[in-house]
Amino acid sequence: MEFTEEQLQRYSRHIILPEVGGKGQKKLLNARVFIVGAGGLGCPVGYYLTAAGIGTIAIIDNDNVELSNLQRQIAHSVNTLGMPKVESAKRTFEALNPDVKIVAIKEKITKDNILDLIKDYDIVVDGSDNFPTRYLVNDACVMLGKPLISGAILRFEGQVTTIIPKEGHCYRCLFEEPPPPGLVPSCQEAGVLGILPGVIGALQATEVIKLILGKGDILKNELLIYNALKTSFRKVRVKRNPDCPVCGHFPRIKELIDYTEGYCAIR
Amino acid sequence: MEPDKKINIKGLVCPYTFVKAKLAIEDMEIGQVLEILLDYEEASRSIPKSMEDHGHKVLKVEKINDTDWIIQVRKEKD
Repeated sequence: MEFTEEQLQRYSRHIILPEVGGKGQKKLLNARVFIVGAGGLGCPVGYYLTAAGIGTIAIIDNDNVELSNLQRQIAHSVNTLGMPKVESAKRTFEALNPDVKIVAIKEKITKDNILDLIKDYDIVVDGSDNFPTRYLVNDACVMLGKPLISGAILRFEGQVTTIIPKEGHCYRCLFEEPPPPGLVPSCQEAGVLGILPGVIGALQATEVIKLILGKGDILKNELLIYNALKTSFRKVRVKRNPDCPVCGHFPRIKELIDYTEGYCAIR
Repeated sequence: MEPDKKINIKGLVCPYTFVKAKLAIEDMEIGQVLEILLDYEEASRSIPKSMEDHGHKVLKVEKINDTDWIIQVRKEKD
């Protein structure tokens, strides 16, 4: 594949970098990334990956754009209120970079469709806002051996971790089971600073790009915690748990689980 | 020295001068020599510097007439 003149201009600042170059940019253009959620995290992740020229980006979300989203979900606008979030995001991303194929999926992700949805993608990014989805995505990625970049945000604090199944830890090595419903407040109950998903989403997108390029260090066996009030980044070492219920030596979880009981219909 | 590949990037300005030169050298084998013909003065200084930053060996920078330069670079690493 040869670059077009437009691509040379668009990606010139990447091509100049020794760690990227023409070869790296071609890897990005051939990569396929699946994003769970078109909300606070999914918007910046998709936006920057689109700008970077990731070849195919799928994004799944079952919600429509609401005014209360616009404080942080930067791919949406007053012009797309009421529209499915994935359609709104697709418009924004396509306007930024027509090189990128955006696959918009307006569905709820469940144990019945997730394996089929993600199987043809290289990397999965979790930008979901609830524990049932977080655990479902983790388990599915472990079962399929897909790298997963997991992000989470609440109030002024966010976290990122990169899960490389069988090589490093998984989400259940960190937290074996989801917390009981109601224990951890959702963003709707607790609030979130609007920029926070921007920081965390940009970090997730960075992890994706480094994985594709095969350059730099990733957050394997590490959890990065950002505190916006303190302006602090903290890295916590995470060990792979040999007794992990899903990625351990003798996994007890062999089928996907939809944790639904007691969890509110989170939007 | 007879180069293995020649490119003509006359008319281009920074950073596209280096973008073109870098893409050309990426596709070559280690030890091969790239010759670049250019007419943008700043690039006659920046391309040799950038090529060395990337670990390649600059063999020659020569002004061949009123407007043009020739640069030869040997690829030293992938």
